[in-house]
Amino acid sequence: MANILSQIIRGLRKVGHRVGDQIWRLGAGARLFFLTLTYSTECFRRPRLIVREMYFTGVMSLIIILVSAFFVGMVLALQGYNTLQKYGSSESIGVLVALALVRELGPVITALLFAGRAGTAMTAEIGLMKATEQLSAMEMMAVNPISRVIAPRFWAGVLSMPLLACLFSMVGVLGGHLVAVAQIGVDVGAFWSQMQANVEFVDVTNMLIKSLVFGVACTMIALFEGYDAPPTAEGVSHATTRTVVISALSVLGLDFILTSFMMV
Amino acid sequence: MTSHIVEIDDLSFGYKNKLLHKGINMVFPRGKVVAIMGGSGSGKTTLLRLIGGQIKPTKGEVRVNGEVVHQQDRNGMFKLRRQMGMLFQHGALFTDLSVFDNVAFPIRELTGLPESMIRDLVLMKLNAVGLRGAHTLMPPELSGGMARRVALARAIALDPSIIMYDEPFAGLDPISMGVICDLIRSLNDALGATSIIVSHDVKETFQIADYVYFVANGEVAAEGSPHDLIQSTLPFVHQFVHGEKDGPVPFHYTAPDYQQELMQRG
Ligand SMILES: Nc1ncnc2c1ncn2[C@@H]1O[C@H](COP(=O)(O)OP(=O)(O)OP(=O)(O)O)[C@@H](O)[C@H]1O
Ligand SMILES: [Mg+2]
Repeated sequence: MANILSQIIRGLRKVGHRVGDQIWRLGAGARLFFLTLTYSTECFRRPRLIVREMYFTGVMSLIIILVSAFFVGMVLALQGYNTLQKYGSSESIGVLVALALVRELGPVITALLFAGRAGTAMTAEIGLMKATEQLSAMEMMAVNPISRVIAPRFWAGVLSMPLLACLFSMVGVLGGHLVAVAQIGVDVGAFWSQMQANVEFVDVTNMLIKSLVFGVACTMIALFEGYDAPPTAEGVSHATTRTVVISALSVLGLDFILTSFMMV
Repeated sequence: MTSHIVEIDDLSFGYKNKLLHKGINMVFPRGKVVAIMGGSGSGKTTLLRLIGGQIKPTKGEVRVNGEVVHQQDRNGMFKLRRQMGMLFQHGALFTDLSVFDNVAFPIRELTGLPESMIRDLVLMKLNAVGLRGAHTLMPPELSGGMARRVALARAIALDPSIIMYDEPFAGLDPISMGVICDLIRSLNDALGATSIIVSHDVKETFQIADYVYFVANGEVAAEGSPHDLIQSTLPFVHQFVHGEKDGPVPFHYTAPDYQQELMQRG
């Protein structure tokens, strides 16, 4: 009896520890976020720092994002045509592809790919810089690592994400066009004119808002995981895994919240 | 202005409840080379981090130029660190920057000097450590000793008035060892800087230090000029200076009885 009780207590204590740990991490993440914002002035004075990081994060994920977008667009067209033709409205396929991409798939898939490609690289890089005392060394040189290392990467990620999401949607539409027009034989004029008539400007701004929010979330998660990682090889590898998992969950959760606000 | 540029006053510090330093007192006179010696794990690196203000003491204080380090705000800390240069035990070179850019980093970040002048300065510092020819290499392409020398060049890039060396001699061949010894001494004398050397190489350290502190068990176990210490009859100093296995300094990290622990498993 006492044995069972003590086991239950031990279990509860474990749960409590984990919950406390997560709450602590959330607080630490929020703190890093605010520190990053306050120490951002310097990197705005030196935009070259941001551009350099944009080159690494943005360009690194460019190829994977463009290729994925092309395939996603083609699949959308195939699937969409299949259903639309039953209702005799296969000319609307352009609208379907474009809306699906602009409203949902563009920002969401871009963010997921970004987390997997650029986010993990960021976590590993920061984690390694910490493990090899590079951040300490910077601090001792009277250079603030948050304003010199974290902030430029943060803004690079935040600015890259909407650009990548736009590219994703555009290339996706091209992929859809290829399948719909060249393979299935939908009328080119109908494809574009229906799209033009039904995709509204607000869809595009919503896409930008979404991807901006995802950009903040994904980049901050990646940076925090690296900054918070235990300074060992194992710690850094765990941190990169967590970056992917937490980013993916956050993106999907945030997408639901944002969409429900945008639909009203 | 006090004559001691760095003063450590009744300093205690510990990680996770276990006290590492128990009331340490040290002074570092302006313009001198002072060495801190002690066994592995005796908290020498930690002491440097306390001087640099990266961690806060549990008790007591460190004063640099008369100002208490752990009470500085962001601005004050910036000013303090601006006068310090630190050679990290493992180099801590920026892996995404070339040797040249590593040494140029503090100059670019903290001064507004034109690029042509930065180039001259960097090459000068690299020449001093004998690695001017290696300035295009990336850190992973360097050997351990070379990386240490680049880190040294970076630490002195801005001619600091306090230079902290964490194990400057570890992993160097005898020739570079001699060069680095001379370099530390001449930097000190030419710049009027104060050098703090953390090391356990008795021979080299005694050769260049003006004053030596021995730390053991979280306390200053002995201090004095190298000349005095060599002749010291204190058992601890004797053991360390002559590298003897048996003596008051334990080689082992605190552990239960060896024999007993072995028997338990069986
Ligand atoms: N971040 C840390 N967290 C917990 N304990 C630490 C940390 N850093 C160092 N220690 C502990 O503090 C003690 C002193 O470490 P320190 O690096 O100062 O030793 P050291 O004198 O420089 O040794 P060495 O000559 O081997 O470099 C060690 O026992 C180490 O286990
Ligand atoms: Mg050390």
